[in-house]
Amino acid sequence: MVVTWRKPKPLGERAKLLEMAAVDKAFAGGTLALQDMNLTVNEGDFISLLGPSGCGKSTALRLIAGLMHPTRGQIRWEGGEAEIGVVFQEPTLMPWATVEQNVYLPFRLKGQSFVQVRDDIHLVLKLVGLEKFAKAYPRELSGGMKMRVSIARAMVTRPRLILMDEPFAALDEITRHKLNKDLLELKEKIASTVIFVTHSVFESVFLSDRIVVMAARPGRVSTELTVDAPYPRGEAFRTSADYAALCRTASDALHAAMGETA
Amino acid sequence: MSLADPALAAGDTPVDADELARARARRRERVLRWLLPSVTVALMIVLWDRIVAWNEIPHYILPGPGLVAQTLVKDAPILLPALGVTLQITLMALAVAVVGGVGLAVLFSLSRWAEMCFYPFAVILQVTPVVSIAPLIFIYVDNRLAGLLLCAWIVAFFPILSNTTLGLNSTDHNLRDLYRIYGATRWQRLRYLQIPTALPYFLGGLRIAGGLSLIGAVVAEYVAGTGGIGSGLAFRILEAGYRLNIPRMFAALALIALTGVVIFAVLSLITHLMLHKWHESAIKREN
Repeated sequence: MVVTWRKPKPLGERAKLLEMAAVDKAFAGGTLALQDMNLTVNEGDFISLLGPSGCGKSTALRLIAGLMHPTRGQIRWEGGEAEIGVVFQEPTLMPWATVEQNVYLPFRLKGQSFVQVRDDIHLVLKLVGLEKFAKAYPRELSGGMKMRVSIARAMVTRPRLILMDEPFAALDEITRHKLNKDLLELKEKIASTVIFVTHSVFESVFLSDRIVVMAARPGRVSTELTVDAPYPRGEAFRTSADYAALCRTASDALHAAMGETA
Repeated sequence: MSLADPALAAGDTPVDADELARARARRRERVLRWLLPSVTVALMIVLWDRIVAWNEIPHYILPGPGLVAQTLVKDAPILLPALGVTLQITLMALAVAVVGGVGLAVLFSLSRWAEMCFYPFAVILQVTPVVSIAPLIFIYVDNRLAGLLLCAWIVAFFPILSNTTLGLNSTDHNLRDLYRIYGATRWQRLRYLQIPTALPYFLGGLRIAGGLSLIGAVVAEYVAGTGGIGSGLAFRILEAGYRLNIPRMFAALALIALTGVVIFAVLSLITHLMLHKWHESAIKREN
């Protein structure tokens, strides 16, 4: 794996990676989880799906991951296969396996031997700051460290798209801020595309360059915002007036989306 | 959390009285955990001995512990081969129970239809007392060893089957999704996800099955009666009973109990060795 610090192209010039076109998802019980969802994902995007619970954020993610099929509409990948890494709300590590064996999982399931990919594994562990913990078991790690392992596992195959489903929701605020910052650096280094589900306005503004605000019952896209602030972003951005203004805009958009159902 | 205050980790930090008392209590408990049961058992044996001596109970009604110990040594040439036979059947039954129980559990997890079809039979075998099936088994099975094994297996395999089935179905749903996303085959999911998840459940079932296979072996021997060849401890107990050789009955009984304890201890040790690195049940917390 070559580590490149590649600047993503400006928003308007990115190649299309994935398109959700007029996607409906109805469950057998009669719930309409998503209605007429349209979303274009471009290479290098950091997209946040922001919305109240029940707005179908996670359903959208599961559809993209191929764990479910849309009731109507299409999900199209542009060129190549659907290579995906996933991070869940819980670290979802295998407790019986060491950190490096957990990170090795995607390769193992593809039939690659550990020796073949050891360098990739150790490099990605270094990137998330856990190179000293390669032989540790998950129970020996703190919550934040477990989440880092989970992120390392999602990134180790250098997938074209990484899906993250409220990964930091269960962590304390200090750990969350640190992981937010580190995630941005990681994302730049491996030059991937991220779709990040969250219900935190602040998190979505800090992380993403596109915020897709969703409304609930039925789940649908309400508005899309662009966060026009350069990467890398750090504490300076978090305390800036721009950040505060962007948070207010996003917050208003979220309330408008929630008002639509009220 | 793995964060520790370095000042507290160093030995020279003063510790408050409360914490010291807790440490003392922990040390005390470590000693008492062994001492208390040992002393209780010793006292009971002494009490047994005194009751026999004071009441002048004849040895053909209740032998004292000393006589039982003497008999154990004196009759060793008879009892030890018998122990060997019982142990052989027990261990073989346990091995077959592991293979059969795990095999069936894997089959059930691969095919829910197989589970729906055959699980009732497993339950029926389990809830029917083995003493009531055993006579039938010895009618249909000519080979005495095979009959004994079958009886012990029927008793022992169910906890392994039911625990392992539960374990194989207890995988984390997010991990299951992850395996699907990475296109894992059915075999990979079984090998890398379900079997490790089921391991603690299986080991729990194994510890129960260890005791049950001994019970099954002994009960089966009682039912099989005097076959002549290869007579185990249960047969020796029956035989001693007919001859009113009560001390030998006690000696054989003591050997069976001891065997059960050793089997349980060995299986507990195996469980600890296999799980202590990662499983919650084997982890000691500092606070």
